[in-house]
Amino acid sequence: MNRIKSAFENKKAFIPFITCGDPDLETTAKVVRAAVRNGASLIELGIPFSDPTAEGPVIQGANLRALSGGVTTDKIFDLVRDLRTDVEIPLVFMTYANVVFSYGAERFMSACREIGIDGLILPDLPYEERGEFIEECHKYGVALIPLIAPTSENRIAMIAKAAEGFIYLVSSLGVTGERSEITTDIASIVRVIRENTDLPCAVGFGISTPERAKQMADLSDGAIVGSAIIKIIEKYGRDSAEPVGEFVKKMTEGLK
Amino acid sequence: MSESKGRFGIHGGQYIPETLMNAVIELEAAYNKYKDDPEFNRELNALLNDYAGRPSRLYYAEKMTRDLGGAKIYLKREDLNHTGAHKINNVLGQALLAKKMGKTRLIAETGAGQHGVATATAAALMGMECVVFMGEEDTKRQALNVYRMKLLGSEVIPVKTGTATLKDAVSEAMREWTRRISDTHYCLGSVMGPHPFPTIVRDFQAVISKEIKEQLLEKEGKLPDAVIACVGGGSNAIGSFYNFINDKGVALIGCEAAGRGIDTFETAATVNTGRLGIFHGMKSYFCQDEFGQIAPVYSISAGLDYPGVGPEHAYLHDIGRAEYVPVTDDEAVEAFEYLAKTEGIIPAIESAHAVAYAKKIAPKMGKDKIIVVTLSGRGDKDCAAIARYRGEDIYE
Repeated sequence: MNRIKSAFENKKAFIPFITCGDPDLETTAKVVRAAVRNGASLIELGIPFSDPTAEGPVIQGANLRALSGGVTTDKIFDLVRDLRTDVEIPLVFMTYANVVFSYGAERFMSACREIGIDGLILPDLPYEERGEFIEECHKYGVALIPLIAPTSENRIAMIAKAAEGFIYLVSSLGVTGERSEITTDIASIVRVIRENTDLPCAVGFGISTPERAKQMADLSDGAIVGSAIIKIIEKYGRDSAEPVGEFVKKMTEGLK
Repeated sequence: MSESKGRFGIHGGQYIPETLMNAVIELEAAYNKYKDDPEFNRELNALLNDYAGRPSRLYYAEKMTRDLGGAKIYLKREDLNHTGAHKINNVLGQALLAKKMGKTRLIAETGAGQHGVATATAAALMGMECVVFMGEEDTKRQALNVYRMKLLGSEVIPVKTGTATLKDAVSEAMREWTRRISDTHYCLGSVMGPHPFPTIVRDFQAVISKEIKEQLLEKEGKLPDAVIACVGGGSNAIGSFYNFINDKGVALIGCEAAGRGIDTFETAATVNTGRLGIFHGMKSYFCQDEFGQIAPVYSISAGLDYPGVGPEHAYLHDIGRAEYVPVTDDEAVEAFEYLAKTEGIIPAIESAHAVAYAKKIAPKMGKDKIIVVTLSGRGDKDCAAIARYRGEDIYE
């Protein structure tokens, strides 16, 4: 859990999201290392799910490409094991509750500790259902990172108080994907979060440019970018490492 | 930590994005406020009776009974409801509730199109905007229902993702709800999804078993020995079972769509072939692979072509109170044709799954026994598809 904290120390964090196995795991390994080399503070690794209900069309496409390529939870664990031979920044998994449930919470979390995964983001596991996995998360030191949404209102304090790792603040209504504007009053949500926890909070959903990333990170502790990166991978396929690296560089420099 | 809500044994719960949590909490509060409100119930009953045509008939299928030579068979005629299926019971309840909540727009998923048509109908009646999500594959299988929804003033959005069937329509409707919540109610069509939907939909469909009980007591002076209904998500089945759950002498039998057979991959028989999982807001049984990826399912029936089952059915299965049996495409089509020829009633292909199982067990039961089969909908929508199944191309 301390490793996650370090991602936010003395800087605004830039957090890329990458779907594992899109288009294949070798490419994912190269893309992750390129993101690390270019200043990513923490990386969200997506374990693909057949029916990702919180994702827009871009990340849905990545999930589909990865699964059609034959990627499985076990193969992704092998990927992380390999990445950890040289990658030192915090790594967290983003997936859906059924992927963890089906693998078995105990088996999944113990694997996370063994391969060096620091946290877990499950968009279909709200506060009320944390009990599903929380004991196993605690047992194996995997931070269960909560999401707070523009509609959370009276729930923000409760979620923030129980949070672990960092808080994923969803910038806008709807699913993941680029947006022309973000109208949510991020500052006032962050204020309530700060009153209830010392954990850092990063904003995600709808961020694709350095300007927007800076604007969001200025209001919080960092910016999370998914769809914009997936679009690069969609375009460049197996040759994505370099263009993703350049993109991450542009984004991290924008946050300075 | 607050408790997980809406559990049926280990099943149910609220596995949804945080963005939707306050929406379902608001819905639960509104439902609790109105469900026992005399004015709300007076309005709803007036709609159910005068608009939808309730109570639906309980018809003694004498020719079928004689032909099969065993138990007496009654048909609960939900197919005679306005819009042609049981779906209207739930939709009128939810639309009225949404209206009380100040919502002006309904969104819905649909498989066969019956729930979509019912939602479009209620929206037209109550002056609400309506958008229906339907798998692209199903818009082809059920073109007539697409036209009906448009005629009723609804927008129909073909869903191209995944298998382009009911599960993808549910996913897309959930995504749309996270996009637009404040003026929109998600009118979920079955006893599935996050709490409070499985409870709300069950309560609105429970009128089916309430009527069966009253009608059969009047006709026969006793309860049925078995109640049979088809199960996709399971709304007509839970409606048919609910008021008999405590009557232990009444066998409750849900008929799942086995497609080409439960020993093939082309099946949608969730209880028979699935395992415990978490999807679409609920913990229940799902068809899935070893890593929890939801399986593409198959049935000739667009309405039963779903990889999960409502959490209360999963619970009734766990405790052995209800039995869930697989019925194949072939058996359902044969029953579809049989009921048309024997009783002059063309059932929905979904309901034909229940008819098929009744045909199987009635001859083995004594003549003093009674079976009630719920005909959840009528089969006009299926005629073109069944003709194709038999190798005949007809124009709709």
